[in-house]
Amino acid sequence: MSTAVLSRQPVVDEEGRSLEELVVNVGPSHPSTHGVCRVIVHLDGEVVTKAEPVIGYLHRGIEKMAENRTYLQVVPLTDRLDYVGSMYSNWAYCRAVERLAGIRLPERAEYLRVIVCELQRIASHMMALGSAAADTGAVSMFIYTFDQRERVIELFEELCGARLTYNFVRPGGVSFDLPERWEETCREFCSALPKAVSDMDKLYFGNTIARARMKSVGVLSLDDAVAWGASGPVARGSGANWDLRKNDPYSVYPRFDFEVPVGCNGDVYDRARVRLYECYESCRIITQALDQMEPGPVKAEGLPRLLRPNPGDAYDHIESARGSLGVYLVSDGSPRPYRMKVRSPAFCNLALLPLLAVGHTMSDLVVVLGSLDPVFGEVDR
Amino acid sequence: MTAYLTGIAYGLGGGIAIALAALLGVWAERKVSARIQLRLGPTEVGPFGLFQTLADTVKLVLKEDITPREAQVGLFRVAPLVVFAPIAMSLVVIPFTTGWAPLNTEVGLLFFLAVPSLSVLGVLLAGWASRNNYATLGGMRGAAQMISYELPRTLSVLGVVVLAGSMRPTEVLAEWRWWWLLLLAVGFIVYFISSLAELNRGPFDLPEAESELVAGYFADYSGIRWAIFMMAEYGGLLAASLFGAAVFLGGGWPLDGALGVLVLLAKATAIVVAMMWVKWTYPRMRPDQLMSTAWKVLVPMALVQLAACGVVALWL
Amino acid sequence: MSENARMTFDELREHLCSTYPDLCPLFSVEFGDGVLHIDCGKLHDAARDLKSLGFDRLGMVLAVDRGDTFEIIYRLTSRSMRVGMFLKCNVSREKPAVRSVCDIWPAANWHEREAYDLFGIEFEGHPDLRRILLPPEWEGHPLRKDYVDDRMIRRPDYI
Repeated sequence: MSTAVLSRQPVVDEEGRSLEELVVNVGPSHPSTHGVCRVIVHLDGEVVTKAEPVIGYLHRGIEKMAENRTYLQVVPLTDRLDYVGSMYSNWAYCRAVERLAGIRLPERAEYLRVIVCELQRIASHMMALGSAAADTGAVSMFIYTFDQRERVIELFEELCGARLTYNFVRPGGVSFDLPERWEETCREFCSALPKAVSDMDKLYFGNTIARARMKSVGVLSLDDAVAWGASGPVARGSGANWDLRKNDPYSVYPRFDFEVPVGCNGDVYDRARVRLYECYESCRIITQALDQMEPGPVKAEGLPRLLRPNPGDAYDHIESARGSLGVYLVSDGSPRPYRMKVRSPAFCNLALLPLLAVGHTMSDLVVVLGSLDPVFGEVDR
Repeated sequence: MTAYLTGIAYGLGGGIAIALAALLGVWAERKVSARIQLRLGPTEVGPFGLFQTLADTVKLVLKEDITPREAQVGLFRVAPLVVFAPIAMSLVVIPFTTGWAPLNTEVGLLFFLAVPSLSVLGVLLAGWASRNNYATLGGMRGAAQMISYELPRTLSVLGVVVLAGSMRPTEVLAEWRWWWLLLLAVGFIVYFISSLAELNRGPFDLPEAESELVAGYFADYSGIRWAIFMMAEYGGLLAASLFGAAVFLGGGWPLDGALGVLVLLAKATAIVVAMMWVKWTYPRMRPDQLMSTAWKVLVPMALVQLAACGVVALWL
Repeated sequence: MSENARMTFDELREHLCSTYPDLCPLFSVEFGDGVLHIDCGKLHDAARDLKSLGFDRLGMVLAVDRGDTFEIIYRLTSRSMRVGMFLKCNVSREKPAVRSVCDIWPAANWHEREAYDLFGIEFEGHPDLRRILLPPEWEGHPLRKDYVDDRMIRRPDYI
């Protein structure tokens, strides 16, 4: 395990208790836009000696609720897990259900799922980059990224009527086919996004102050990333070349030509760059998917209205914007899941905060928390 | 007697100027930041939203006056005024036009550099009197920042003093030549950055943004008391820009008299907009980066500038 | 990363059997995933063996209330072999306790706390076993099937 080097040794009394320590409670509601996270920080002067996240403020018992609903009724619950990435949360759950029930999907449904998931990934990364920038004080960057995110949300609103929680990906397919002109609007968006993202890149990442805030802050070594179960841009920023779309391909991803950005230093800067480059790659995937998609049904045929899968366990996972999001379902033959467990990447990544924040200042703590990109709907469930 | 009357007139004038500066300054900030962020800013209240700040001030005046129970009431109430008054005072030594500054003392430039430093006391008082751990820390950090950036600011203005041979505002304006700007470019940049840090603006607004995590020094102030802090900030912005325009950019040059005042105001407005532009583009610096920029980057630059000015002054 | 093929479950079985023969009969493939059923007393040793086999990443730890036992399920992934599998063990309901694997995979820390919080399973040797999602003063373990709370609403069985 890596050890952080403090700028000076803490002063301790005979029993080993720190004398000059200040304990600061960064309360569950604070302006850094990450949600309800409480961090209890022990400070020695300016330097953080211990940072302990306290979670559970958004715990709604979704897993328990899922045991009381039918398989289709659980889909809106999964919307509210990672509410910034509703589409792929639905998808992870639906994949587990389809594995359990042995449902095969029509091709068009798979392509639609890929398209909305990649759009959702772009929207999620825009939010992550924007709020990370706002944490360091570059408020204009926040507005620019949300402008791009707004276009994605408008696309989704045309598609399924909702702006945040879509309930779009259902077991057996998707709920609606594309409306008129959606494909053209989507293509326009994908052709305009790379330029907008590269402008943001020059504005924010090219800025000396931003780099000084992000480089060498919150360094996560590769061994720690693997040992602590980190996934997604957090792990890839440290050099772990692990992306489920390539390493454990699912759906129609093998048919697309795209790359996976991997960082080398494992600091906040690299993680943010990974998210930035993933936006470019998502655009490529969406354009290829729109080209390859054929007309057809969007729902599996012959599905009963009330799914009663055979008893057993099934697990399936996807690569969400935060990492590998998995759903483990246990069925007892009834229309309701016996147990649903969500393996949430934000929960696993947040466990890294005590490791990464030690030895830095308070301002860096906020920046590190932003780079781990937690969404508390998913962390707390 | 006339001296007292003139003094009162200038005091009132200064106060009104600062109030106007705050009103227009807040409006300008909202418009500039909005346009940078692809938005419009205030458009409803008055033409182009000009009366928005007035409406906000009326709202602030109508708010409940909250003083924390634990706070030291006297110091708590005095602190905003201690921050505000020196900045209002510093407006009187600016040479608005050739041959006239409201207070044309021999040590005019030094007056401008020294008197606003008193507002650091107000920052410390505000943090201390709030009786809030975090406000005190924020106040101390703000004070440390403001004091650190005094030095590069003073050194950069000293370059002008060396070239002009005097600290009297009107004399400095009279001695100014357009090619000084080529020589003083570095000094002007140092002055610009140091003024941003003095005013707790732009990339150096950590004492205010401490409220992200830990309360800033004016967190316990609400309503009109907080508005006084804001007036001090925008008044300071105006004063620093006017001073920079007068001393580094030549004031009313190339025009004289009343038109010269307009030219000075135009130059000062350009500097104000540039300061706002910088604030909305750059992220915030961390405290240790802030301090190291002051001591390791700006002070050497200002010293080099001063040496260059000294050499040129000898040759002149 | 080069497109080298993922290890199939047959290859994994072979690899497992050649390195740890006594674990071999406990390995099976269910619903498309490799599963190793282990006795809860031998869990820690099996976990250590699997880690040295190449399963360097613990994805999650979950528990399922199976009536008279709790089934604890560990999701393990191997980056080098590009395969994932489950390690399952059963603990009794009366005294649900198993040895913690935090010393093998630090990632287990928060997952085991969650299992403790929601099911009441004690993980021996865990550095900091306390509730994580629920407030510390909460009584009971909600995800157990016999959990009763005044605030629970049972949806009608009209479907």
